[in-house]
Amino acid sequence: MRNLMSPLDFTTEELDRLFDLANDIEHNPGKYAHACEGKILATCFYEPSTRTRLSFESAMTRLGGRVIGFSDAASSSAAKGESVSDTIRVISCYADICAMRHPKEGAPMVAGEKSLIPVINAGDGGHQHPTQTLTDLLTIRSMKGRLNGFTIGLCGDLKFGRTVHSLINALVRYQDIKFIFISPEELKVPDYITDMLREKNIAYEEVIRLEDVMPKLDLLYMTRVQKERFFNEEDYIRLKDFYILNMDKLALAKEDMLVLHPLPRVNEISVEVDDDPRAAYFKQAQYGVFVRMALILTLLELA
Amino acid sequence: MLNVGKIEEGFVLDHIKAGKSLDIYEHLQLDKLDCTVAIIKNAKSNKMEKKDILKVECDINLLDLDVLAFIDHNITVNVIKNGEIVEKKDLVLPKQIKNVIKCHNPRCITSIEQELPHIFYLADSEKEVYRCKYCEEKYTESALVKH
Repeated sequence: MRNLMSPLDFTTEELDRLFDLANDIEHNPGKYAHACEGKILATCFYEPSTRTRLSFESAMTRLGGRVIGFSDAASSSAAKGESVSDTIRVISCYADICAMRHPKEGAPMVAGEKSLIPVINAGDGGHQHPTQTLTDLLTIRSMKGRLNGFTIGLCGDLKFGRTVHSLINALVRYQDIKFIFISPEELKVPDYITDMLREKNIAYEEVIRLEDVMPKLDLLYMTRVQKERFFNEEDYIRLKDFYILNMDKLALAKEDMLVLHPLPRVNEISVEVDDDPRAAYFKQAQYGVFVRMALILTLLELA
Repeated sequence: MLNVGKIEEGFVLDHIKAGKSLDIYEHLQLDKLDCTVAIIKNAKSNKMEKKDILKVECDINLLDLDVLAFIDHNITVNVIKNGEIVEKKDLVLPKQIKNVIKCHNPRCITSIEQELPHIFYLADSEKEVYRCKYCEEKYTESALVKH
């Protein structure tokens, strides 16, 4: 039995198999419509996340399975003081696989240690969000045909943005990737990441202005400055509008550059960009369902 | 010069950083053992100028070398049998330590989950960096657990 806690839990070969399966699901959905019949997914969401939860629920429903669960801690036994270890032992009796989101870092790992069914980390605080990373990788691989030989710009909140940290850790395993980090001084990527890149001899740049590097980019990964990651509201208000991608800035980009965003967007990408063929973020949400379908099948050993 | 007698069977921890012997005493939980312990503070040392020494008369298997290595892997461990040094043990940084240090990240699951052990793994042996198994928070010296 396997869990998914970090995108690095899978080797690049295992990821290739997962992405091949996701692409097969994309092109032949009928073939998988009953693949999980009789199986139950438990979505244990201790903090609100409409997008990720619905993506998991859509994935399981499209595989012919059923879904049970809760969508915030207040409506779960956690409100009565139950531990994560106890909750997962009980959920193991009710479902065949569990997707867990928790505000505390490492909570899904604790669940995975006690669980009798596979546990998927659906986001643990500011730590990991592996299915988002798998979504990002599948989107890039499907739309670009490869996962190597890119210059990728990561823009916005690079300090607290867990999707960014996970994506960097996942991409360093592929050849010839160059990173350009675009952020205000206060939201720079943490030292342990730049230390790791230097150790692995992977090229990176840190800049403040998006316009300066736009022509070099093959991929632009935009992020939202998230209010919930700040202790201080003043800092949040000062930094939230630092980067806004509009058509003027996009005009500087390559014709085949892709704009990615984990969503939800607030105002960091102007709505006018949505119709540009380079805007890939809604397509990304679609790939999120395919990759979660492939993941459920793989962890249930039904692939 | 203070004289402390020989021990027949047990171990001598030499080259402890001056002033650290009581911390080691605490972390090895020597207070819980019913045995003779000599704590020598600020002894003269050619190598270190001043050092602490711990002499413990007990079964060597009762000593947690992982904890000791984590606290200070430069300590020399002399194993004593029949009053003689029979072995010098090299300390290597343990791959994992349990309930020796505490994760201080308020966002970590260890801050709320009942009876969850605090487990840290060796993330970088060169820089001697330990990280929390659950949240990957880096260990800082203030995190040492008081027993």
